[in-house]
Amino acid sequence: MRNIKKDFFGNQVLTDINLTLQEGEVLGLCGENGAGKSTLMKILFGMNVIRETGGYEGDILLNGQKVSFNSPFDALAAGIGMVHQEFSLIPGFSASENIVLNREPKKRNVVSEIFGERLDTLDYNEITGRAEKAIDKMGFTVDKDMVISEMPVGHKQFTEIARELSKDQLKLLILDEPTAVLTEKEAEALLASIRSMSENGIAVIFITHRLHEILSVCDKVVVMRDGFVVKDIAARETSVNEISKWMVGRNVDTAAGADVRDHTEAKTIMSIRRLWVDMPGETVRDVSLDVKEGEILGIGGLAGQGKLGIPNGIMGLYEAGGTVELDGKTIPLNNPRKCLDASLAFVSEDRRGVGLLLDETLEWNVAFPAMQVQNKFLKSYLGGLIKWRDEKAIREVTERYIDELAIKCTGSKQKAKELSGGNQQKICLAKAFALEPKFLFVSEPTRGIDVGAKALVLEALRRFNRESGVTVVMISSELEELRQICDRIAIVSGGKIAGILPATDPSEDFGMLMVSMVK
Amino acid sequence: MKNMSFGQKVLTFIRDNTVPIMFVVICAICIPLSGFSFSYLLNEIITRMGRNIFLILALLIPIMSGMGLNFGMTLGAMAGEIALIFVSDWQIWGIPGVVLAMILSIPISVLLGAFCGKILNMAKGREMITSYIISFFMNGIYQLIVLYMMGSIIPIKHFSVKLPRGYGIRNTVSLLNMRQCLDNLLAIRIKGVKIPVLTFLIIALLCVFIIWFRRTKLGQDMRAVGQDLNVARDAGINVERTRIISIIISTVLAGFGMVIYLQNMGNIATYSSHSQIGMFCIAALLVGGASVDRASIGNVFLGVILFHTMFIVAPKAGAQITGDSMIGEYFRVFVSYGVITLSLIMYETKKRKNKSLVGQQLAMDQLSEEAK
Repeated sequence: MRNIKKDFFGNQVLTDINLTLQEGEVLGLCGENGAGKSTLMKILFGMNVIRETGGYEGDILLNGQKVSFNSPFDALAAGIGMVHQEFSLIPGFSASENIVLNREPKKRNVVSEIFGERLDTLDYNEITGRAEKAIDKMGFTVDKDMVISEMPVGHKQFTEIARELSKDQLKLLILDEPTAVLTEKEAEALLASIRSMSENGIAVIFITHRLHEILSVCDKVVVMRDGFVVKDIAARETSVNEISKWMVGRNVDTAAGADVRDHTEAKTIMSIRRLWVDMPGETVRDVSLDVKEGEILGIGGLAGQGKLGIPNGIMGLYEAGGTVELDGKTIPLNNPRKCLDASLAFVSEDRRGVGLLLDETLEWNVAFPAMQVQNKFLKSYLGGLIKWRDEKAIREVTERYIDELAIKCTGSKQKAKELSGGNQQKICLAKAFALEPKFLFVSEPTRGIDVGAKALVLEALRRFNRESGVTVVMISSELEELRQICDRIAIVSGGKIAGILPATDPSEDFGMLMVSMVK
Repeated sequence: MKNMSFGQKVLTFIRDNTVPIMFVVICAICIPLSGFSFSYLLNEIITRMGRNIFLILALLIPIMSGMGLNFGMTLGAMAGEIALIFVSDWQIWGIPGVVLAMILSIPISVLLGAFCGKILNMAKGREMITSYIISFFMNGIYQLIVLYMMGSIIPIKHFSVKLPRGYGIRNTVSLLNMRQCLDNLLAIRIKGVKIPVLTFLIIALLCVFIIWFRRTKLGQDMRAVGQDLNVARDAGINVERTRIISIIISTVLAGFGMVIYLQNMGNIATYSSHSQIGMFCIAALLVGGASVDRASIGNVFLGVILFHTMFIVAPKAGAQITGDSMIGEYFRVFVSYGVITLSLIMYETKKRKNKSLVGQQLAMDQLSEEAK
C-alpha cells in the first residue's frame, strides 16, 4: 500500500500510509481506537463504506500490479480474506456448512438441467471433505458437524478462519482482533495456526490489542496513531513497553488538564459493587468502583472492553446485576425510570438512537426529559388534574442553553435532525443539564464531532461540574481528552477495572493498563 | 441438556410443546362428549387431511427462508379459484379438469407471488402483517375481476357459472362433476373408512419434494437467508431474489392446494373460499407445534389432525353441554385466532427468555470465579 489517504467528509483519518508485506509474512498492526486501523483494512478489503464516503487516495499494489476493489467480492477473488470482529456465520448451520457458505459443491440433477443451477443438489460428502481440509490447514480442531449456535465463542472464530482458509486463492488474510474472544489456550492455538499459515505462503495482517501476541508471532510490527504510521519495525527489535508507548504517546506536555483536583477527602457519592452488564460487544464483568462527590471521573479503555457497558447497565438500558448505591440509597437496576428519579442523568453514546427526538424541535428535545421525569415546565390547573406545557419557560431554557453552549441553529424551533453532529451533541448535553441532576454519565461525548466542537463540549462539561458541583463520569475512548478534563481516570480492560490513576500520570501507564487484561 | 433429570426433561418438553399438548387435552375432553363414533371421526379426519395438508405444506418454504407465516398464500388460493372458474366454464371435468386448473393457476400464482415477494422485500421483519394486508388488497382486485370483468371483458360463456345479469360469477360455482375425483381414484375402503390414496400420494410427493428441495443449493440459500440475512448477503447470496423465489414457490403450491381443496369440497364459494383459508392453515400449522421461524412436515400432519379433530367435535360437544350448537361454531373461530395469538406471544417470550439467559450466565460466571 502506497501513500494511502482517506478522509471522511473533510476529517482526515489516514495520512500517507505506506505498508509492504512479503509473501508469507506476518504483520502485526496495533494502535489505539480511532488510530485508523479498521479504516485502512476496509480500504484494502474494498468495503462499500469507503466508496460511499468518497473513495481513497493512493495505490494498492498486489504482486506489483495496481488493483482497485469495488466490493469485498473483488478482494476475495484477488486472494484477500478477512475475518471480522463480528461473526458472520449462519447460526443454525453446522461448521462445515458455514465453511463452504455460498460456495457449496454441487451435483447436477434432472431438475436443475431444466430450471438452472440453483436447483443443483448439494454434495454433502464433498462439503465435509472441504471443511476437513480447511480445518486441517488451520491446525485447530473444530467439530465440523456442530451447529454454530451451540459452539463456544472461540470455536466460532476458528470456523470463520477455516472458511477463509478453504478458499484456494487465498494469499493474504486479515485478522481483526481474532483473539479478543478466545481463551488463553485457544489464543495460543490460533497463534500456532498463524505460523503454519505463513509457512504455507499466506501473508497475514494481524490486528490485536494483546501486544505480547504480536511479539510472539509477527515478523513485523506497524504502530498507527491518529491516522499516521508512527512506527514500522521488525518484531524482534522491540518490546511490549515500547509499543504501548508508541500507541498512546503524544507529547506528554500537551496532555493532562490544567485544573486537576484531588477529591480523595470527599464523600463517596456512588458506589458500584460487583456490577455485570450484558451489553453485546461491551460486556462488563464484576466491576466495583467508588465515585467521589464533585469529581470528574473518566472511564477509558479500548473498544469492546466494556467501558460503555457500565453507564448503560447502571441506567437500565441493558440487562445488569450487582448493586449500585447513590448517596447511600440503592438504585434498582434494569429500570431506567428509577435511575432518572434518583437524579441520575445519562448522555448516551447513541446520539441519534437514544439521545434525541430527531423529528422534534430543539425546545422539545431540551425540555422533554425534565418534563417527563420531574414535572418541570408544566403549568397545573384544577389542582394538578390538568397539566399544560409551559411553552414560555421551555423556550427560555432552550434559548439559554443555545446561548451558553453556542449551539449553531436557526432558532429554538428548529428540528434536531437538521443540526450537525457536534450541535446535536450539545443538545444532548443541554437535555441532561436541564434535568439538573446530581450525577451525570456522559458516554463518548465527542464521538464523530470535529475538533472545535470537541473543545466546546468538553469545556461545557467541565463548567457544569465546577460551577454546579455535579459529579460527572465521562466515558471516552480517547485517552487524551479524558486527561484534559478528568480528575481521575479508571481504565476498563476485559470487562473489569484494570486500575484508577490520577489524570496527571503519564500516558504510557494508562496504555499499559488498557492492554493489561484484554480478553 | 444431556444431564437433566427426568423431571426437568418432562418440563422442558411441556414448555416446548404447550400448544399441541393443549389441543390434545381439548380433543380428549371433547371427543367423548361429542358422542361421535370412532370410525366416523377417522373418516372425517382422513377426508380433511386430504383436503388441507397440501395447502399447509405450502407454508413451509417461506418459514424456511425466514419470512414467517405467510398470509400471502391467500393469493395462491385466489389463483386456484380463478383457474377452476375457467375450467368449469369450459366444462372440462374430472381429472383432466383438475390437472388443467393446476396448470392454469401457475402463471397467475407466479405473477401474484412475485408481486407479493417484491413488497415483502420492502418490509423485512414485518412479513406477517404485510402479507396479511396484501391479501386483503388482492381480495379487492380479485372481486373486481370476478364480479365485473369476467363475462364482460374476460369471456365466460356457461350459464351455470355466470350471473344471470350477463357478467360476473355466481356466488357458488358447482364443481359437482369433478367432486372428489382425485380422492375417489384409487381410493380404498378399510372397514368403512375411505382412504383417498391418490391424494395422499400427491401429498407424499410434495413432502419428498420439500425434503429434496432443502438439499438443493437454492434450499440451502433460503435457510441461510432465513437465519441471518446480512451474513447471507455478505457471502454473496442474492437475498432479495431468494426471498421472492421462496414466496413464488409457496404461492404456486398454495394454488395447487386450493384446487385439491375445492375438488374435495365440490363447489367454490366464489367470494369467500379463499378469505379464511390462510388463517385456518396457519392456525393448523401452529397447533402442530410450529413457530414463526421453525416448522416441519411433522408439524403439518400433527397440526391437521389435532386442529380438525377439534373442528369436528367442538360444535357437537358444545351443543351437548349448552344445548346450543352456535357455541361450538363460535368456539372454533375463537380458538383459531387464539392459537395464532398465543403462538406469537410464546415466540416472543421465548426470545426474551433466551436473551436474559445470557445475563444470568454472566452473573453465574462471576459467582464461580469468586468461589475460586
